[in-house]
Amino acid sequence: MISVKHETRYRYETPAAYTIQSLKLTPQNTSGQHVLSWSLDCGQDATIPSFVDSFGNLTHTFVINREHSDVLIRVTGKVETTDVSGIIAGPHDPFPLVAYLRETELTQPNEALEDLAWSVAEGGKPLDLAHALMAAVRDRIDYQEGETQVETTAAQALAQGSGVCQDHAHAFICCARVRGIPARYVSGYLQASDNMDEVYEAGHAWAEAYIEDLGWVGFDVANRICPSESHLRVAVGLDYREAAPIRGLRLGGGAEKLDVTVRVVQENIQQ
Amino acid sequence: MLSRTANNLYWLSRYMERAENFARILEVADRMSMMPGAASDAQQSEWWSTLMTSGCAEAFEESGLRVEGPMVTEFLARNPENPSSIYSSIRQARENGRAVRTSLTMEMWECLNDTWLSFDQRWTDARRYGELRSFLDWIKERSTVFRGGLYGTMLRDDAFDFARLGTYVERADNTARILDVKYHVLLPEGEEVGGGVDYFQWTSLLRAFSALGSYHYLYRENPKPWKIAELMILRREMPRSLIGCYQQTVSHLDRLAEAYGSRHECHRIAGQVYSQLQFADANDIFQSGLHEFLSDFIVRNNRLGNEVARSYMFLG
Amino acid sequence: MVLAKAFDEMTLAGGACRDAYKGLSQWLQWTPTDFLRMKRQEADVLFRRLGITFAVYGEGGDPERLIPFDIIPRVLSAPEWQRMEDGLRQRVKALNMFLNDVYHDQEILKAGIIPEKLVLNNSSYLPEMQGVDVPGNVYSHIAGIDMVRVGEDDFYVLEDNCRTPSGVSYMLENREVMMRLFPALFAEHRIAPVDSYGDALLDTLKECAPPKTTGDPTVVVLTPGIYNSAYFEHSFLADQMGVELVEGPDLFVDDGKVFMRTTQGPQKVDVIYRRIDDTFLDPLTFDPNSVLGVPGIMNAYRSGQVTLANAVGAGIADDKAIYTYVPDMIKFYLGEEPILKNVPTYKCGEADDLAYVLDNLAELVVKEVHGSGGYGMLVGPAASKQEREDYAERLKAAPDEFIAQPTLALSTCPTFVESGVAPRHVDFRPFVLSGKDIRMVKGGLTRVALRDGSLVVNSSQGGGTKDTWVLEE
Repeated sequence: MISVKHETRYRYETPAAYTIQSLKLTPQNTSGQHVLSWSLDCGQDATIPSFVDSFGNLTHTFVINREHSDVLIRVTGKVETTDVSGIIAGPHDPFPLVAYLRETELTQPNEALEDLAWSVAEGGKPLDLAHALMAAVRDRIDYQEGETQVETTAAQALAQGSGVCQDHAHAFICCARVRGIPARYVSGYLQASDNMDEVYEAGHAWAEAYIEDLGWVGFDVANRICPSESHLRVAVGLDYREAAPIRGLRLGGGAEKLDVTVRVVQENIQQ
Repeated sequence: MLSRTANNLYWLSRYMERAENFARILEVADRMSMMPGAASDAQQSEWWSTLMTSGCAEAFEESGLRVEGPMVTEFLARNPENPSSIYSSIRQARENGRAVRTSLTMEMWECLNDTWLSFDQRWTDARRYGELRSFLDWIKERSTVFRGGLYGTMLRDDAFDFARLGTYVERADNTARILDVKYHVLLPEGEEVGGGVDYFQWTSLLRAFSALGSYHYLYRENPKPWKIAELMILRREMPRSLIGCYQQTVSHLDRLAEAYGSRHECHRIAGQVYSQLQFADANDIFQSGLHEFLSDFIVRNNRLGNEVARSYMFLG
Repeated sequence: MVLAKAFDEMTLAGGACRDAYKGLSQWLQWTPTDFLRMKRQEADVLFRRLGITFAVYGEGGDPERLIPFDIIPRVLSAPEWQRMEDGLRQRVKALNMFLNDVYHDQEILKAGIIPEKLVLNNSSYLPEMQGVDVPGNVYSHIAGIDMVRVGEDDFYVLEDNCRTPSGVSYMLENREVMMRLFPALFAEHRIAPVDSYGDALLDTLKECAPPKTTGDPTVVVLTPGIYNSAYFEHSFLADQMGVELVEGPDLFVDDGKVFMRTTQGPQKVDVIYRRIDDTFLDPLTFDPNSVLGVPGIMNAYRSGQVTLANAVGAGIADDKAIYTYVPDMIKFYLGEEPILKNVPTYKCGEADDLAYVLDNLAELVVKEVHGSGGYGMLVGPAASKQEREDYAERLKAAPDEFIAQPTLALSTCPTFVESGVAPRHVDFRPFVLSGKDIRMVKGGLTRVALRDGSLVVNSSQGGGTKDTWVLEE
């Protein structure tokens, strides 16, 4: 079982008049995970309005419409996960597969990405092709924090040869689509390695590709693995923009200080 | 009513009023420059005080231009880089008007639009024939037409109140500034019958307020400096006096409070300033310092403007 | 460009005057040119005084331009109009059904009528709208359908505009100005009025308020601001409807709903007639750098708390690649034969069509599927042999990207130009309003190519507008 405690705190230099955030921070049940408890707390008594978006992500719209100097978003929950070798079934998917071949702004292919996609030999099984693409992308984009931003495109990340899990996912998605494999973006949490109580700076992101006869299969490109019981899948979309855990804006407030702490730990269920 | 609309109406009136006031200030300066035998340094100080009065002295210094009649005139009337020039004011008035066209009557819009469209032609003509005065008269006339159009055709709702508030906040600021820049010529020490220059200063000042005739009517004597100050600060008969402006400001704010069923900080400030003016005495003002009184007034008038903005959610 | 003689709407080939133009033709014969010239100047003064301009920034000179107005009206007879109106209602009904279908069950894709890829991989299809229910299933509340005429009974639809079609303010103001200039002409003709458009638009928008709305819905017009080229129209329409004209910063989202900032505090907004493109609407859903939109508005919209007109994603219905399928849509959704014709269009992606296009380049207009504004287009009859050969190479390299159409001889109407009254080519944009019912006023925007022989009616390239008269029986 994975236990998550994820806190995001913004502190503003001068008071802001208004803050709005669109939050995709609530996981759904899938073949590999069962949500036992989950709560989203933004320090307000009123219920935060929500809806389910086209990809099935529960989306909250959180607003502070008075003077304020800080914002706190706290997510806590426990989820039972099982290793399904990355093969995901459910929740509902309204899109025919061809929709997952769309180009998006962040996954727009360029010549370098096409070359990378076609650098992997033809002829193998689709699953092997996807694994080979994962390796090829990871080889070309070094893991480096702070070199890329949330709006960095796959092409930019590949050009500079460095990025974070989001960039790996974008480049992989782009290459997969170039090769005719439907692919999508996943944001979530990862309980890393065997060390208990490890603290991370942020959540995690990976990709899913549709493999004939298997269905949707996850590819954690940054870690060169398929998601296991250490992965908690939260939101999905064609790219980061649609699956982003938090997209927000504010009026006023001057400079901003952002603190994010994510604690994802493995817990043994007490019998 | 949309907050932005209120904001646009308020500023639209402020800019039209400002354009008119600048025209008056320039008119006075133009007269002074025609005074016989005025020494060139006296002339220069006159143009400088014109810049001070209009609040454009700093910007003018930065522009590196020489303090001479044609330069100052161009800077205050036509310079597009000067955000307070008559040109800029007319442009901004029309832009504000265009953004809220649906809240304007046809008379108001056509006046703004025509003024803007004919501006350059008028200015060019005035320069070509050396007739600055006819240009300034035209600006004053356009402002009067606009005000008349507003007063005569606009529905008496909140939009009207915001438009009028802009006029009075701007006008009060302007009257206080002109008095403050010229306060030295109004001090009682100058009581002994001044030379020709002083007399000319005083009558010019009255002209700047279109108040020369009114002064004679009310006081039935030659201009005396402290009486000019009293007239422009405390006489409610004078439409450009501080108390005259505040009487109107308070009444429009009251109408808004009544229509909306709530009062704000701006109501408190306006009421306070108004009652102070009501019970003030010209002698007291001179004793405790005319300059201090006017500086304080300008600060509080500004604060009133800010509070009007805050109370009615003018964002952007 | 060598074209067959175009159909003239006033004078038949033999010199006879068509019925609808009899009154006008006589009037033109009696009216001295100087009088027309004077009236045209009067019209210019009126337009400028009313501020009916469109803005062009960054080209120097006065940014506010007048669209040239031609004082000779175009006349349509009652039966001509009726057939067109029937066809437009049918077409727009099908377009809205198509939009509802592609954003829900996608039956038309499943039935193989339209290739799945053409829709789902099209940038005009917005995945964010999949599964979103919009009130009344109406997506294109205001549609402007571009039509051309090539013969007595030959009307073609050139293009559907399902996003934010503009031009209706010119239809209304042209009429207003004409009535001021030529009151006697109006007395002599029975001309259907158009001035109820504002009311019809407001009714349409109110009908599409979210079902949860209590009381009279609050409607606003959302504009990018005074620097937008169509700002005059935005302001004009808000005025006609008596609703607020708002900009992005006037609106905000709270408690999942949309509010506007008023002098009396926040006021809930139910229906937004938005004249901002989809991707600028919400920096939290689309382009994060947009400052024109309202952060979070898409969340409120997708939760059914506010209606956007036209609906987000409606552009997929007027995509050039989809255009060729509109007649099929009409048959699929309505089981009817299309009343209005499409311009025959060759899809270069299909082998037979490609072969035909390559053989007949000299007679065809070839367009890029995703191009707009006439860029990347080949006008066969006007192009040189070399240009055609170069274009053929591009065609063969990516045939999917191109469609081809025959070069149409647009009809002409009498127009007052420097040399006097002369025929000039015209097109036509009528407007169709869809709410619980479909509404139309009898009229539209006629655009005219003022240059002799020109087929380009765009105002940026020497085009003007005319009043359009629909005669009552």
